[in-house]
Amino acid sequence: MRKVFTVLAVLVVASLLLAACGSGQQSTAGGEKMIETVVVTVEVPAAGGDAPAPPPPAGYGETLKTVQDRGKIICGVNSQVPGFGYVDASGNFTGFDVDFCRALAAAVFGDPTKVEYRPVTASERFTALQSGEIDILSRNTTWTLTRDTELGGNFVQTTFYDGQGMMVPKDSGVTTLKDLDGGTVCVQTGTTTELNLADVMAAQGIAYTPAVYDDADSTFAAYSEGRCDAVTTDKSGLVSRRAVLSDPENHVILDVTMSKEPLGPMVRHGDDQWFDIAQWTVFTMIAAEEYGLSSTNVDDMKTSATNPEVKRILGVEGDMGTKLGLSNDFAYNIIKMVGNYAEVYNRNLGPDTLTYIPRGLNSLYTNGGILYAPPFR
Amino acid sequence: MNRETTTGTSVPFYRDERILQVLGQIAFVLGVFLFGYFIFHNMLVGLQKQGMTLGVSFLKGTSGFDIGETLVEYSRNATYLRAYLVGLLNTLLLSALGIVFATVFGVILGVARLSTNLLINRLAAFYLEVIRNLSLLVFLIFWYLGVFLKLPRVKQAIIWPGSIFLTNRGVGIPWGVPSGTFPTYRWILFLGLILTVGLGLVLNARGKRTGRPPMTLLWMLVTFFAVAVVGWLILPESPLMLELPYVKGLNLAGGKILSPEFMALLSGLVLYTAAFIGEVVRAGIQSVSRGQIEAARALGLNGFQTMRLVVFPQALRVIIPPLTSQYLNLTKNSSLAVAVGFPDVFYVSNTIINQSGRAVEMITLVMLTYLTFSLVTSFFMNWYNQKIKLVER
Repeated sequence: MRKVFTVLAVLVVASLLLAACGSGQQSTAGGEKMIETVVVTVEVPAAGGDAPAPPPPAGYGETLKTVQDRGKIICGVNSQVPGFGYVDASGNFTGFDVDFCRALAAAVFGDPTKVEYRPVTASERFTALQSGEIDILSRNTTWTLTRDTELGGNFVQTTFYDGQGMMVPKDSGVTTLKDLDGGTVCVQTGTTTELNLADVMAAQGIAYTPAVYDDADSTFAAYSEGRCDAVTTDKSGLVSRRAVLSDPENHVILDVTMSKEPLGPMVRHGDDQWFDIAQWTVFTMIAAEEYGLSSTNVDDMKTSATNPEVKRILGVEGDMGTKLGLSNDFAYNIIKMVGNYAEVYNRNLGPDTLTYIPRGLNSLYTNGGILYAPPFR
Repeated sequence: MNRETTTGTSVPFYRDERILQVLGQIAFVLGVFLFGYFIFHNMLVGLQKQGMTLGVSFLKGTSGFDIGETLVEYSRNATYLRAYLVGLLNTLLLSALGIVFATVFGVILGVARLSTNLLINRLAAFYLEVIRNLSLLVFLIFWYLGVFLKLPRVKQAIIWPGSIFLTNRGVGIPWGVPSGTFPTYRWILFLGLILTVGLGLVLNARGKRTGRPPMTLLWMLVTFFAVAVVGWLILPESPLMLELPYVKGLNLAGGKILSPEFMALLSGLVLYTAAFIGEVVRAGIQSVSRGQIEAARALGLNGFQTMRLVVFPQALRVIIPPLTSQYLNLTKNSSLAVAVGFPDVFYVSNTIINQSGRAVEMITLVMLTYLTFSLVTSFFMNWYNQKIKLVER
């Protein structure tokens, strides 16, 4: 028995030696390990302090290949904000950010259903992206310098320009931030909201106590129980969460904007191709609205369009898709299967929904907003 | 070197059991190290591909966020390290108070469970059986959402005699505020402590010499108490001024305001762990054989004396090891503070991870913190266990 054990132990060690000495190993999204002979294992300097890292090896093309091999995109989304990321009564994910994931799947696979949605909380979303558990984070995430650099991610074109606001009960008589002096404010942890709240209150000399919770549900549950005098998050979040409170008409959103909150999807550092694909998916949706392309008329436009730009977008001319590593009808698929920016916006945040938010800054640059897509050339 | 077999021929080294054993152990250790190196290297490569490195200098960065409950000075301009310290102290406070209250309540429950009074016995049994079958997380959330947040708003606070305010913004209790003479009083207490320890040593020595051990602990407590009281009275101004809570605007102020998160956590943890401690105590007391109790009665000791002099010292030897586990459980269960929003060390480190992106370093730090707590607690308990162990021939 002892001999069997020792022979086994020696075999185990030998196999580990062989495995470790193999060419560069990498962990990929979804936890599968691939032996990739293209990427060379880089000797990392011993973890003694903060020596500047050598330039990261080129990861161009890795994510697209992984996603295509897997057959679906893994998308990190919110499950607690109606209108942006929410689970409806039949158990399907819906929302503005969710539709972007579907557009990406339409671009890569020609099928918007090839997405696996992972609901992530505010505190785990960046770790999930960094570790490769999700391919893209589409979860009303604010673009900041720290997140662009230290958190190892790249922000794709902003899909929703927002600002931070404050919601109070109507009968509290609070109309400005100064009325909250000495009060308690409910806020979600791990967000720019938390930091902005601290900054703004300190700048105006208002003393307050934060009540901090891990997710949106707990935050708003505590607020409706009266644990705090006000709750703060992005104004879009306030509108959508107020819609699902038991008494929406008793709560008012103050006319104060505490910060800029450009919300958009985020991808990992290191793969420029995947970044470009995500970027131009957003631009496709904006440009489609600009040129009047929608899911209803895109088939006609494909055959009858005369504008060269439209022809290039729809893949009739040129090879815009191939340059991205996709097929030339990627934009056509996006517009046909998911819609242009206006359609997506109206479906989730339009006047017919419970979570109506006027477009404001989120209109085309020709309509008084700041949405502007670069040329498809 | 080769071992001699019974027939006189020697065994070659590749079949020699002793050598194979050693080789096997070396191989196993090597295997574990290689595996550890492999996964660590994997992680470094993955991080590096995104341009991230490992290091702890980020802890000097500005935190930028506020924390609702702090035991030390803290502002949004403080460093991440300071924020972590705040969380750490919160956890320590919660664990220390939790351990004390849970032990007291647990011992009461354990003894009640063995009472001859049928009502007390059944009540204790019911409590123990029900609470031990609950999930702690559900229990905590019940205390938070179902009890402490359902208290009335500040304007309609429930006021108990003794000026205790119950609201959904917290429980306000009267508290002592240090006055000008407080530093002097601290010195008096310090001197009293030295006196008490000295007295303890003297009494112990006398006990060893005469063979009749005096009630050392009792004398020490009496001395310290006497010094404290006398010191308080002789000072011109009372060192602690009583401050009562009152309603101020939207919140409570004055005295000590215990947040609903803290109260919910403390209540949940204490009541939950006390049930387990109760069972441990009951098992310990029942482990003492009936013969001991009968012998004690035969000697003329009454019920209370029997418990104090015969049963409990022997029961303690059985109680201490599982009690240590319960203490460690309580300390680690305090990390469920994330569910109710109390800023303990795990919660604060979550925020730091999210704001700084340094998941690996922070999780390692948190693991080391909890490991240190556990090791210190069990070290102390094991020392105590050694002291009271039966010395057998």
